Amino acid sequence: MGLDFTVIPKYLDVVLLGALWTIAITVASALLSFFGGIFFAVIALYAPRIVRLPFRAFEWLFMGTPLLLQLFLIYFGLVQIGIDLPAFVAGVIGLGLHFAVYNSELIQSSILAVDKGQMEAARTLGLSRGQALRKVVIPQAVRDVIPPIGNNMIALLKDSALVSVIGVSELTLSAQLAIGRTYRPFEFYVLAALVYYIINLGMEAVLRRIEARVQAAR
Amino acid sequence: MDFELMWRVYPFFLQAAWVTIVLSVLTAILGLTCGSLGAAARLSRHAILRFIGAAYVSVFRGTPALIQLFILYFGGPQIGIQLNAFQAGVIGLGVNIGAYMTETIRGAIVAVDKGQMEAARTLGLSKFQAMRKVVLPQAMRLMVRPLGVNINALIKGTALVAAISVIELTYTAQRYIGSTYRPFEMFLLAGVLYMIIIYVTGRGVAYLDRKVRIV
Repeated sequence: MGLDFTVIPKYLDVVLLGALWTIAITVASALLSFFGGIFFAVIALYAPRIVRLPFRAFEWLFMGTPLLLQLFLIYFGLVQIGIDLPAFVAGVIGLGLHFAVYNSELIQSSILAVDKGQMEAARTLGLSRGQALRKVVIPQAVRDVIPPIGNNMIALLKDSALVSVIGVSELTLSAQLAIGRTYRPFEFYVLAALVYYIINLGMEAVLRRIEARVQAAR
Repeated sequence: MDFELMWRVYPFFLQAAWVTIVLSVLTAILGLTCGSLGAAARLSRHAILRFIGAAYVSVFRGTPALIQLFILYFGGPQIGIQLNAFQAGVIGLGVNIGAYMTETIRGAIVAVDKGQMEAARTLGLSKFQAMRKVVLPQAMRLMVRPLGVNINALIKGTALVAAISVIELTYTAQRYIGSTYRPFEMFLLAGVLYMIIIYVTGRGVAYLDRKVRIV
């Protein structure tokens, strides 16, 4: 059949629109995974036993199984219990929760590594335990794990391609749409790969700037 | 929770788990091969090989594995590569994880103290001999654990071939979710099998790590 890249311009807008959705879903899931990660870390470390144990099981299940399987569970599972979410929202929840668990692991060890004196000093100054955690300990803990969390976000961008299988019309599914019209899989998947690569480079640049700012602030 | 249903379908999940295991083993072998070649290229004297190694890592780590799989499986026939879904899965995933393993292996080799190479050269070994007999054995010890992390990711990554309809665990779970409308039960069946595979592999890696450790 050979290759014919001249079919691309006609469908470029479709693919680029998909790229915008990929960026949107990545940013939304990244935010969810970041704040979810902090929340999970606090639960894992400070919640009463009765909450902590089931939570451990949940964490274990999410770290030990493939993201694709989790997406199927969330997308079809929510429908089963009567919650009919748009695929985009289900995708954000799936990606966000999956990476929140990984971020939580990082943040947990980082919270434990913050000097004990910080908590003691904050308590001495009259802050409650919750306040001390929120205003003193967690900000320091999070600052220390920005680089590895950044790596997770890059992984999240690439894994966002998986939500195409539950029908979110992001970059991968947009490419598939163009392929359905043209029967040119090679050309459009290579185009999609190129766009992912460019988004990836952009994201790395942004993360480096954030890291530099965080470094400067300490 | 419908245990009776789970009991009825679990033999199909076991079969599928076996496919996942075979897929993981073949992918790991290909990945380690690509990773070793990639690391050798990245550490080569020749600028061209170094560039090829760096490009390999950058391209395969910079784009989604799913897209790489699609290019190979759906786009392959256009450039004369005809593979069935299973073959495409092994090759696509293996070359992909190889890029991550390249960095793991290179990292371990670079982490071996420079003095080791210098001392070996001083004692009259050629660069190749020094690498093979002095540096690599030490690097091996450093790379077992991080390669274990790569392999853990690889096992979960095999789920992607469900998207090109290889009948492995995730595909099977998806199919039974569709036909039984019991997503949680099917997730649990597949999830437990994945965790068993990952747990056993993890123990294997830990054992290997203890075996090669000096202290």
